[in-house]
Amino acid sequence: MSTKSAQPHLLTCARFALAFAVLPLGKGSTLEPAGLAADRVATLFWVLTIGATVIWLVVVGLALYAVSASRRPQSPRGSSLLIVGGGVIFPTVVLAGLLVWSLSMLPGLLAPAPAGSLEVRVTGYQWWWRVEYLGAEGATIELANELHLPVGEPVELQLESHDVIHSFWVPALGGKMDMIPGRRTRLRLEPTQVGVYRGVCAEYCGTSHALMSLVVVVEERQAWERWLAAQAQPATSPGEALFLEQGCGACHTIRGTAADGALGPDLTHVGSRASVGAGVIEADVPGLEQWLAKTAHLKPGVLMPSFGMLPPPELTALAQYLAGLR
Amino acid sequence: MTPDLPEANESLLSTVAAPAIWAAHFLLSYITAAVWCAKVAGADGSLVAVQRAISLYTVLALAAIGLIGWRAWGRHRLGDSPPPHDQDAPGGRHRFLGFAGALLSGLSALAVIFSALASLFFGSCR
Ligand code: HEC
Ligand SMILES: [Cu+2]
Repeated sequence: MSTKSAQPHLLTCARFALAFAVLPLGKGSTLEPAGLAADRVATLFWVLTIGATVIWLVVVGLALYAVSASRRPQSPRGSSLLIVGGGVIFPTVVLAGLLVWSLSMLPGLLAPAPAGSLEVRVTGYQWWWRVEYLGAEGATIELANELHLPVGEPVELQLESHDVIHSFWVPALGGKMDMIPGRRTRLRLEPTQVGVYRGVCAEYCGTSHALMSLVVVVEERQAWERWLAAQAQPATSPGEALFLEQGCGACHTIRGTAADGALGPDLTHVGSRASVGAGVIEADVPGLEQWLAKTAHLKPGVLMPSFGMLPPPELTALAQYLAGLR
Repeated sequence: MTPDLPEANESLLSTVAAPAIWAAHFLLSYITAAVWCAKVAGADGSLVAVQRAISLYTVLALAAIGLIGWRAWGRHRLGDSPPPHDQDAPGGRHRFLGFAGALLSGLSALAVIFSALASLFFGSCR
């Protein structure tokens, strides 16, 4: 009995291991800053770490000295000076300096991006990100799970949540900001280096919280404009019949087809993304096939039904169609 | 010799008074800013009025803490019970409580200044 049930257990474990294996979606360290705010945070971090290390060494040194010094009496005056100077004045001055320095960074980082800057609305969902580029005259271009930004320009993010509290964090670019249902928070980012960076949800939001990543691509203005123009186009890949027939359109929109659901991510250009499922698997044909057949294994608790019951040729056809949506 | 020490002087109240003012100052500053932004000025509103209010709280808090600290220091100087004032006797207790009250007043004054500093850097409810 026990040996029989051991095998499915192992299988489940293996599947979970697969589900939690993280795709290399880009750089994601606060210590390799590629944005203005992250740069300040990293500077603060190094100053504090090195400063604290020096102070720690001095304190430990003093303690060792106190233990090992000869027993001859120390001058009361010198001792008082050490206590008042090292115990009261020094920490007060250091803390006041650090406080003023870090506070003085904040207003600049919190200020809204100048009028006319790029504005993007990012909405947190369990467990993915809706991304809307807000153009002039209310025209929006909707995408999901991927954010492209022009390098060297401030961008104003409007952050919202559809369900529970999420938190938007691209460690290499800036600080984190909560996404709160019923409210709009804002975050200003200013990427300084071209590259691909990983964003994460930084507030526990349910079963697959750890599988809620965001790919942030920072590129030159021209490349970014080309990309956005392409994303604004309706879908071109043929073969939506099967997609519509399976009812995927109830939850997903593919611009240019009859699919106009709003529960799940926009799939108009899903084939152009670095991953599907907010970072769980590659957006190529095998990856998409896995996603459709084993949705809940790849992403426990996922709010999309698995389509593992479809005959394999149909799965492949769907995956090919989606991968073609570039 | 130990002078007459009124019983009330051994109360712990004199030591917690200054930290209590620090707590009240912090809470009041926070509440003022929150209510101002939520009910009066709006999410993009100006914080200048709050900055003024917090400056006023700060002046009042520092004056009160200064007074408490001054009186605590006076208590510490009363009598000739020797340091470190840990004898189980009214004289030692008295000087100890005075000293603790004075040190806590210093700490509280600093903390009040630090929390007030934060308000100087933000001019808007954002
Ligand atoms: C009940 C609503 C629902 C239906 C029906 C549904 N999906 Fe989904 N789908 C979702 C949700 C919700 C997500 C986001 C899951 C996540 O990442 O947490 C999603 C995600 C996806 C993704 C990944 C998108 C990305 O950019 O990460 C693909 C691809 C996808 N669905 C394809 C399909 C196909 C193909 C069908 C039909 C066979 C289908 N879906 C049916 C709700 C649905
Ligand atoms: Cu989340």
